[in-house]
Amino acid sequence: MFGLTALDLARIQFGFTISFHIVFPAITIGLASYLAVLEGLWLWRKNPVHRDLYHFWSKIFAVNFAMGVVSGLVMAYQFGTNWSYFSAFAGSITGPLLAYEVLTAFFLEAGFLGVMLFGWNRVGPGLHFFATAMVAAGTLISATWILASNSWMQTPQGHEIVNGVVVPVDWLAVIFNPSFPYRLTHMVTAAFLSTALFVGAAGAWHLLKGNDNPRVRVMLSMAMWMVLAVAPLQVLIGDRHGLNTLEHQPAKIAAMEGHWENTPGEGVALILFGWPDEAAEVTRWQIALPNLSSLILTHSLDGHYPGLKEFAPEDRPPVAVVFWAFRVMVGLGLLMVGLGFWAAWRRWRGRLYRGRWFLRFACAMGPSGLIAILAGWYTAEIGRQPWVVYGVMRTADAVSEHSALTMSVTLAIFVVAYIFVFGIGTRYMLKLVAKGPEAGEDDPATDAGASAPRPARPLSAAPDVREG
Amino acid sequence: MDLATVWAAIIAFGLMMYVIMDGFDLGIGILFPFVPAREDRDVMVNTVAPVWDGNETWLVLGGAGLMAAFPLAYAVVLSALYIPLVLMLLGLIWRGVAFEFRFKADESHKPFWDKAFLFGSATATFFQGASLGAFLNGFQTDGPRFLGGPMDWLTPFSVFTGLGLMAGYALLGATWLIVRTEGALHDRMVALARPVLLILLAVIAGVSLWTPLAHPAVAERWFSLPNLIFFSPVPILVGVSALLMLRALARPEPGVRPFLLALFLLFLGYSGLGISLWPLIVPPDISIAEAAAPPESLSFALVGAVLIIPVILAYTAWSYYVFRGKVRAGEGYH
Repeated sequence: MFGLTALDLARIQFGFTISFHIVFPAITIGLASYLAVLEGLWLWRKNPVHRDLYHFWSKIFAVNFAMGVVSGLVMAYQFGTNWSYFSAFAGSITGPLLAYEVLTAFFLEAGFLGVMLFGWNRVGPGLHFFATAMVAAGTLISATWILASNSWMQTPQGHEIVNGVVVPVDWLAVIFNPSFPYRLTHMVTAAFLSTALFVGAAGAWHLLKGNDNPRVRVMLSMAMWMVLAVAPLQVLIGDRHGLNTLEHQPAKIAAMEGHWENTPGEGVALILFGWPDEAAEVTRWQIALPNLSSLILTHSLDGHYPGLKEFAPEDRPPVAVVFWAFRVMVGLGLLMVGLGFWAAWRRWRGRLYRGRWFLRFACAMGPSGLIAILAGWYTAEIGRQPWVVYGVMRTADAVSEHSALTMSVTLAIFVVAYIFVFGIGTRYMLKLVAKGPEAGEDDPATDAGASAPRPARPLSAAPDVREG
Repeated sequence: MDLATVWAAIIAFGLMMYVIMDGFDLGIGILFPFVPAREDRDVMVNTVAPVWDGNETWLVLGGAGLMAAFPLAYAVVLSALYIPLVLMLLGLIWRGVAFEFRFKADESHKPFWDKAFLFGSATATFFQGASLGAFLNGFQTDGPRFLGGPMDWLTPFSVFTGLGLMAGYALLGATWLIVRTEGALHDRMVALARPVLLILLAVIAGVSLWTPLAHPAVAERWFSLPNLIFFSPVPILVGVSALLMLRALARPEPGVRPFLLALFLLFLGYSGLGISLWPLIVPPDISIAEAAAPPESLSFALVGAVLIIPVILAYTAWSYYVFRGKVRAGEGYH
């Protein structure tokens, strides 16, 4: 298909299915913690606004959670179907980590999600709050296992290779590998930030529509405090993560920065924009700031780090995608910082809930966190090419031996099915958001409209929304 | 028992939990064509609504457990079964969302989601059965390398097992509904259960003859002495349970008995396959011991499995207990 090899198609298929998947867990992680905070505030202050917001967002949480589960089902099988040599080689490490993720996610679903979504009137307030807090903790534990596995593939350690397969020798070293703390904090913070932007956009949208009430205001206000606190923090974490990547994956940094040749002793300029030309090994049409890249990555004005030409061409990642994905992430990150400060300034002037330009901007930034997450993952995952386990196994040696035809057909089926299924699901979720939180908002169990015992499963916690 | 055997037992148990539990709710989708009335279909779906997604999570655990404990088998089997597994997963996704959208959609869109529910259930079941048939036929392998082609899974035998599993799940579904419904729908299921049982028996007989004829190792396993004596209870029990089920179905109120017997029949079929395969995990060449992950991986993952699987089982049992009893029209979860 379009001259792509089976390997290209396998990578596109994995990228496509996991890009769809990652969006839902990111919102799940953020919303679960947001809900725990809302319920905590309700128990502490007894302000009904927090309770109404809790019920409102828990319905959206339910739909989002369900879509995360179905899209995750495919991921559990794709390592074997599409990356069989990787699985045979490294399944002894990524398999147990994935198994723990499934088990902890199950535990959470089995034990606490039902109570959280359906137990408002069935258990005491303390126990219900405990369930919500455990769901929030569970989402974070799930993320921890997945990121441990991913980070091990980026910066592997704690293993030996015996008879052509990976054998774990030290699980603590495997889990707490060098990039794990940075990747975990960066991703979890990104999930919180994306959720804050999403919630803030929902608040701004209702205010723009003239649906001004205390619930919508609290929604916007909390979200903007969160953006103000977390967006600059994320810049700081990202900086630390970048230094870690320079230490362990210098080729990725060279591609992100678009530098082909850096002379020791001379400061490296920061390329703001440009066009990396892989054939000519230059970055064309650069707009660059002198010495700034040295300052950011080595914390000295004339610090040196390697350019792409120091790596053999077969060991370099695709440069243009990494270069641009990184700029999308950083650009959006800076806009988020800007949004946080703009909101703080308007709040100080007492005008947070007015001003169409501000509200429009907050609204437009709604999906920016999720886009930044995707761009960040593309930077991290395409940037570590051509390796699937960095320095240990090449992606080309990991892929199953399917033909390009087989891969094209299955990719086409995935694309059609996903766009249809998750398109409908997302539209439904946005309709719930558009209804807005009401005073005396029903808890999800009441909204499910049942007289008999209720099913403890997520989608049923969301009420019917008529089409059109 | 060594760690690899323990893990083989855990995965076999997980897959069996999946087969019998998701089996009856997939069966309900397969029975849709025989029950045209919307109201009856709602009742059918409501009998499984509270539990189906818990049932499906066993499949995720099976996948992750296989990768953790038998990476080689996970790699070879899944890449050999690429196409049927992708189609099965998409069937499950369709059906999962149809579950909800057939209630939440517009009146005019509801027939579409009914068809999606039927189609998703039937597709998922057929490709599960076909994958099973292809698995029994075995794969040409060389270490982690699958030597066959993308359509090798598609054989007359795998089509037969695909259709056969549809009969098996339909029987589970029908007998489940006998327990959970009443009135005309209940009687309709009693009437359906008999022919479906006969079809399933034919399928079991077919597989029991086909596999030893095609695979001398399987014939050797079953028909040599003393194995013939050890394993003879399996076919005998199949016959006895079938007769007991026919008798139960002839009563005015068959109750829970046909469902339990259907579960037992599926269990017998499952253990029959286990007897044929043991100790292979990828027939005809790779054994459980050869495919096993290093002991460091097996023991690490076992800690989590031992701690959490009992909790999942307890919760599952509790939720079935909460949602027991007959489901009537117009009363449900939506």
